[in-house]
Amino acid sequence: MANFIDRRLNSKNKSTVNRQRFLRRYKTQIKKSVSDAVTQRGVTNVDSGESIVIPKKDLSEPVFHQGKGGINDRVHPGNDQFSTGDRIERPPQGQGQGGGQGKASNSGEGDDDFVFSISKDEYLDLLFEDLELPNLEKSQLSKIVEYKTVRNGYCAEGIPSNIDIVKSLQGSIARRIAMTSSKRKQLKEYEKELALLEQAPHDDIQKMNLLKSEIQSLKEKISKVPFIDSFDLRYRNYAKQAIPTSRAVMFCLMDVSGSMDQATKDVAKRFYVLLYMFLTRTYQTIDVVYIRHHTQAKEVDEEEFFYSKETGGTIASTALELMDKIIKDRYNEKDWNIYGAQASDGDNWADDSPKCARILDKNILTVSRYFSYIEITQRPHQTLWNQYEDVAKTHSHFAMRKIKDVSDIYPVFRELFKKRSEQAA
Amino acid sequence: MTKKKPLSDTPDWTFELLSEYQTEIERVAKHYRLDTYTNQIEVITAEQMMDAYAGVGMPIGYNHWTFGKKFIQTEQTYKRGRMGLAYEIVINSDPCISYLMEENSMTMQALVMAHACYGHNSFFKGNYLFKSWTDASSIIDYLLFAKNYIAECENKYGISEVESTIDACHALMNHGVDRYKRPQKISLEEELKRQKSREEYLQSQVNNLWRTLPDNELNKTKEKPKFPSEPQENILYFIEKNAPLLKPWQREIVRVIRKISQYFYPQKQTQVMNEGWACFWHYTILNHLYDEGLVTDKFMMEFLHNHTNVVAQPEYNSPHYSGINPYALGFNMFIDIRRICEHPTEEDKEWFPEFAGSNWLDTLHFAMENFKDESFISQYLSPKLIRDFKLFHIHDDDSQNFLEVSAIHNEQGYQKIRANLSNQYNLSNIETNIQIVEANVNGDRSLTLKYTPHQKVPLGDTKDEVIKHLHYLWQFDVKLTQEAENGDEIILSSCPVKEEEKN
Repeated sequence: MANFIDRRLNSKNKSTVNRQRFLRRYKTQIKKSVSDAVTQRGVTNVDSGESIVIPKKDLSEPVFHQGKGGINDRVHPGNDQFSTGDRIERPPQGQGQGGGQGKASNSGEGDDDFVFSISKDEYLDLLFEDLELPNLEKSQLSKIVEYKTVRNGYCAEGIPSNIDIVKSLQGSIARRIAMTSSKRKQLKEYEKELALLEQAPHDDIQKMNLLKSEIQSLKEKISKVPFIDSFDLRYRNYAKQAIPTSRAVMFCLMDVSGSMDQATKDVAKRFYVLLYMFLTRTYQTIDVVYIRHHTQAKEVDEEEFFYSKETGGTIASTALELMDKIIKDRYNEKDWNIYGAQASDGDNWADDSPKCARILDKNILTVSRYFSYIEITQRPHQTLWNQYEDVAKTHSHFAMRKIKDVSDIYPVFRELFKKRSEQAA
Repeated sequence: MTKKKPLSDTPDWTFELLSEYQTEIERVAKHYRLDTYTNQIEVITAEQMMDAYAGVGMPIGYNHWTFGKKFIQTEQTYKRGRMGLAYEIVINSDPCISYLMEENSMTMQALVMAHACYGHNSFFKGNYLFKSWTDASSIIDYLLFAKNYIAECENKYGISEVESTIDACHALMNHGVDRYKRPQKISLEEELKRQKSREEYLQSQVNNLWRTLPDNELNKTKEKPKFPSEPQENILYFIEKNAPLLKPWQREIVRVIRKISQYFYPQKQTQVMNEGWACFWHYTILNHLYDEGLVTDKFMMEFLHNHTNVVAQPEYNSPHYSGINPYALGFNMFIDIRRICEHPTEEDKEWFPEFAGSNWLDTLHFAMENFKDESFISQYLSPKLIRDFKLFHIHDDDSQNFLEVSAIHNEQGYQKIRANLSNQYNLSNIETNIQIVEANVNGDRSLTLKYTPHQKVPLGDTKDEVIKHLHYLWQFDVKLTQEAENGDEIILSSCPVKEEEKN
């Protein structure tokens, strides 16, 4: 007796829960691995998962087991040279005794790290856990600005290109059945009668002719019911549906004057990477606008943004002006969620700093969701910082932080976007 | 005998073809008097096989991170091609569930059906250890109960608490078995009925035991009996019944893990026999089909190729050597028993007077039903097989700086090799002997365990971690001791760690 059961279509992810438990238990180690890895990624490389490394000893499941030493008696196969009483030099550790119990090596050896992969989603979840985009809820509720055309049943009127043939022919069939049913019934009765008359022993010619003409006229009436009528026509109906906008534009502003070296730019780049990845979790499409400036601002592509060298003084307000202009030209605030991130080493022409603060205050912060300013420097703050501090006091969606070196980026980023539940409450 | 029309030997299997083969295999198995549970054969994919791996042989498992780790490990090694997956997994249950992998060829499916559905299955049903220690009809129900119960606990008391408790139980799982007492069979309904009342009853018992009401004078002067009165080897059982501060649901979880450990206990002791028996029967059944002309030469070639791989025994100096292959030893022993019955030599008659020349099928069934690895080897390992395997015995005493070859495959060595090989499969030698010797119920409530080494083998270095887990369950001081050669008691490990020991 045997029953065959095909289980191949059952869900194959029986272990998912246990896998989640595993990730949960080793969250601290995994998080460390994730944040180590984040500094090694390219800006838009967000589509891959990540390898996670955990030292094996942290994962052990200890049980009592016998250690090395004492007296061991073992039987081995394949004797090719030994006689009773032979004495063999003890082989160096790790060889010869390979025949032991598999258990013995559970903890003794095998210091390999436990390496495994997590998916892109798991990676991003871990990276941005407990973080949120500020003011997101507010903006999405208040801004239903885009419309999408969706199918919405059928209607009796419309333009020829929207005619739904199947539906219309169904209507036509239904109408023809409805309009001819009584005549068909009549026709059937007459035909039956006629058949009876024909089989009858004596012909009743008069009645037969009458019936025949009746049948003829009924058939004509039936055939006169039109095959298709404008009454049958059905048109596909469309309706406009409002959808919340899910587009974002991220402005990367960076000082590229002589004082910014490649190391400082790399730090800035890391920050932009994180911001970009974070935004991908919320928005379907993201435009990135790179604006670099020294005494003049210019919109450039990614490569030039990070790697071309410039020299000269610094007038940061030019970049802000350009950003403002680009927003007005291309990114209507009703259609786009606007994010800005400015990175600088803090140097700015002293007279220009108040202007920067003014542009931010009046133009940019009024339309953007969030604007962050990071200062990458080891030195004390200068005028730009001081001016921005005043701006920060009056705008909750403006944030500024100082970063000393690469290791600060992730903590600072987390600090900027950490959930502010206490504020909301 | 007229040759029958052979079954199709296409590499691709279909359910119809599986069923045809199954019918033929079943017929032959009946012919050889293999008594089995009803077979439930489930075809699964490679991914599902990895899931099954992660469940360590439990078709329904409770949730725990260790299974997730196992799954990730399996997935990693499999995807990198370092490891193939087993062709089948078979569960000791009634009906007997066997998993066949989708990507096996038709020949492999036939091999696997003969091996698992008739070999292992009949072993589960016939062997005395399985008969008396496990209850095949209720295991699935019990595992389901365990899964639901643990999930319910997680809802009530939080995942972390439950996880720590299971961690601690897993660490002591090998010490949750009654080695000498046979456990009672209970059905799911009884289990459910008893669980509630047990919870309350146990808690009240424990409270009584630890009651801190002032004793009357009479009691104080009386010598308190030692508790427990005899050393306890079943640590988890002792914890379940006596741990002072465990919550009722934790006791139940300890019990669940203990029961599962008990369920797997016979499998640990019959690896050689179980695999040997299954290999013997897939070999015998498929050869029988071949003799009848039901399977083709092509089928047999593929079958023999796989069979030979499975029962290969690399020699001690081969890079592939990793101990004695239980499939090889078991298979060859059963083949050898048949040979001794059918064509006994003078030597066989001298060594095995009780069955040399007897009916081979009776002898084989008797051997399968009444032995475990250790006793099976000491009863049935023949001099011929020792010669075939060229077995030799190495005596390794760490007080000497050399190893000694104390027996080889010759007249003087047979007995010694047989005795030693048998010992190698004796669980009480392989597993550590640790017993609870004292629970100081009237004092500081400390728990004392004693390690008794086998042949002076010291305890492995995970002991501190395990003691920590034990401490989690007991919640008062726990120490592990060993008797030194001069009779002194040395403390191997304790939790919490005592200050003076650090120095």
